[in-house]
Amino acid sequence: MSPAENNPGRGDAPRPVLSVRGLTIQVATPNGAKTVLEDISFDLNQGETLCLAGESGSGKSMTALAIMGLLPQPMARITAGSISLADGTELSSRTEAEFRKIRARRISMIFQEPMTSLNPVMTIGSQLAEVLLEHDMCSAAEAPAKALALLKDVRITDAEKRLRQYPHELSGGMRQRVMIAIALACDPQILIADEPTTALDVTVQAEVLELIRALQREHGTTVLMITHDMGVVAEMADRVLVMRSGKQEEAAPVKELFATPRTDYARALLAAVPRLGDSPARPDPDRRHDILDVEGLSVRFPMRSGLLNRVTANVHAVENVSFKIAPGETLALVGESGCGKSTIGKALLGLVPSDGSIRVDGDQVVGVGQAALKQVRRNIQMVFQDPGASLDSRMTVGAQVAEPLQVHGIATGSELRDRVEWLFRRVGLTPDQMDRYPHEFSGGQRQRICIARALALRPKVIVADESVSALDVSVQAQVLELLRELQEEEKLAYLFISHDMAVIDQVADRVAVMNLGQMLETGSREQVLRNPAHPYTRRLLSAVPIPDPTRKRPPVLPRAGEVGTPVFKKGQGPEPFALNEIAPGHWVAAHPDTEQAA
Amino acid sequence: MNTETTNVPDQPATAKRHPAKAVLLAILKRPQSAFGLIVIVAMVLAAVLAPWIVPYDPNDQMFDGLSLEGAPLPPSAKFWLGTDLLGRDLFSRLVLGTQTSLIIGVLANGIAVVLGATVGIVAGYFGGVVAAVLMRITDLMMAFPALLLAIVLAAIFKPSLLIVALVIAMVNWVQMARVVYTETRSMAQRDFIEVQRAMGASAPRILIRHILPHLIYSIIVFGTLGISTTVLLEATLSYLGVGVQPPTPSWGNIIFENQTYFANAPWLVFFPGLAIVLLALSFNLLGDALRDALDPKLKGRH
Repeated sequence: MSPAENNPGRGDAPRPVLSVRGLTIQVATPNGAKTVLEDISFDLNQGETLCLAGESGSGKSMTALAIMGLLPQPMARITAGSISLADGTELSSRTEAEFRKIRARRISMIFQEPMTSLNPVMTIGSQLAEVLLEHDMCSAAEAPAKALALLKDVRITDAEKRLRQYPHELSGGMRQRVMIAIALACDPQILIADEPTTALDVTVQAEVLELIRALQREHGTTVLMITHDMGVVAEMADRVLVMRSGKQEEAAPVKELFATPRTDYARALLAAVPRLGDSPARPDPDRRHDILDVEGLSVRFPMRSGLLNRVTANVHAVENVSFKIAPGETLALVGESGCGKSTIGKALLGLVPSDGSIRVDGDQVVGVGQAALKQVRRNIQMVFQDPGASLDSRMTVGAQVAEPLQVHGIATGSELRDRVEWLFRRVGLTPDQMDRYPHEFSGGQRQRICIARALALRPKVIVADESVSALDVSVQAQVLELLRELQEEEKLAYLFISHDMAVIDQVADRVAVMNLGQMLETGSREQVLRNPAHPYTRRLLSAVPIPDPTRKRPPVLPRAGEVGTPVFKKGQGPEPFALNEIAPGHWVAAHPDTEQAA
Repeated sequence: MNTETTNVPDQPATAKRHPAKAVLLAILKRPQSAFGLIVIVAMVLAAVLAPWIVPYDPNDQMFDGLSLEGAPLPPSAKFWLGTDLLGRDLFSRLVLGTQTSLIIGVLANGIAVVLGATVGIVAGYFGGVVAAVLMRITDLMMAFPALLLAIVLAAIFKPSLLIVALVIAMVNWVQMARVVYTETRSMAQRDFIEVQRAMGASAPRILIRHILPHLIYSIIVFGTLGISTTVLLEATLSYLGVGVQPPTPSWGNIIFENQTYFANAPWLVFFPGLAIVLLALSFNLLGDALRDALDPKLKGRH
């Protein structure tokens, strides 16, 4: 049954396969029971896709775990409400043994991180067979053939070969396909997908979402999808349930929600979503001189093997990359995971050994001693992706912001305290928060602290490595605004590393696209994002989900050629791309399919 | 919308107390750790005040300390913990033995912890050749029979309390080095350490201010567990004649002198054994409390 048949406009009433009524969950904490989910009610109708959308801590995953009977025991328990299947089976009071019969056969689930959901020491084939045999779906003799059929069903290339491979031999997208194959092995009525594409690259995400839709059409599976990404919601959902701190805020058909959100929260949430194409105007940077000048940068990591543990091959993480950034300018570095964009960020701070030339305000980074490097680092600092991991949990945040000043001997005593107080105010925090520890802050506040620490030395260049990727959209918008203000006032140059095209559209003056350690295309934001010339860039852009259910994204472009590898035998290397200038400032690597920009 | 609110209410003013005082308060608040602290303080006092609190001369082989058949006496009002094979008062010997055992336990273990943690943290942070050399030495020490090494070392140097402590430390530091090495390695790749490198902090600064505080958990757990092995290793050395020389009592050599009579005079093994267990347990409980008191995430939870 296709989702279209469930349109309210048609005569037949939607048939719920799962009903949740007044679901309330409490979690035991040292300070007593805490209600984490309060009075959630919804119906999941046959064949539709219902999205539970919300920011972190909204209780969306908790809801899914309750349906699957996977709530963390004994801390969490259902204190009120019911979860029932279409035939009246009540799920909220099942024992573990009873749940085992329901899972996989009637409801299955796929998770965010496919690598941790698969057993690393079992082949894909035996993991599939295990599920089939566990639930008596076939005899042991039939299992291999059935497993192969399942893999073909999820459109994995070379399915026969994959059966004999181990999870680490597959790419992230393939692993998630395997997880879907396992989830669908017993042909369940309901598939719960908890952030199934969050850990995947945008092109792979588009393919996996397409696969889920296709399987849904073929099998008539009902999908309950959990996501924080409003783009994914717009693309996948028939109906949406917006959740916030354990309560349901708004339930509506997807088009209605995006067109006329009824609650303030849903309105604010949708307003905060960065959209590709609505790029704010950017002030003209001062291009008279460059504050950062990178020339022919290469980073190679040796791979040792053999009896004598000699270097036999190199990972060419970054290969012959050059770019310049002017004061007050933002260059965005985009590419899929493993393309070398983060390695460039580390090389700029002298954290990985590199070749070529990196000049920060005229001072060389490559090949200089520790003392010289320390001086350069006063002018270039970095803000990492995960603010929780980049703060020391055992030190007060005030002490951590003060550290750069101490390390460089810039301030001591009351002067130091004054400087730190000033930095706290600068990033929108109050000085009385200085004596607290990182765990007492929210994610957005922690990122503000990291920014304050990076600003302590008054650097001229900031490397922002996925600095807003781990934040909820509303907080993300606030942090981006802070970064913009700081840039305007201090004439900071940003190297903004990100995989999120929509965010890049908000912040960048120029964009550089990378793949396998090399730069494929670079130019102004308008040139690269509106007139992409290289097939790789075009494919990347075609995969970005559009947070608007009325505009259907065309199917993602096919991959141009084979997926390469950055590993080369010693003495060999990748073929260098020649960059051609196709328009003023718009450089593109030569490729047979490269289009001339208009 | 403003989702950036702290989930923790303002801390009460008591959090501003002097850190040492706050730690002591945290220890005394929990019955387990308060017990540990009291036992340790009592043992230290017993060791220091031993000459004044023992009821009998610990080395005096008393006539009335043996039964008419010449067997040791069980605990009684006169001899609180009974007497040993030579008619010496067990309680007096145990109290005097506290000196030796505490010194060995704390000193030997202290040296082992410092040495092991230093080797582990340096090898773990710097990696490469430094790690290869240091960890091969550690492996070598691990593969070498510990007792044999102790005997050889003790035989070369004239047995004394300090030498015995050093010998035991030489044997015991390797486990600590291994644990600290592994933890430091994973720690060194964490973002907040990378941030330190990026800001230009020196290696000693990173190691002491940022890595060491995170290793406290393992160091305390392994450090306190090491105390009982240390006390027992001292006993083994005494037994083999290369440890503390008789008639100076230590808990270990009291057990070894009397172990063959366990069936007839169980108190001779039971009480010194209990003393060792109490010492190790107390350090363990105290260590746990110390670890929690130093963890900002657990502040004010108990």
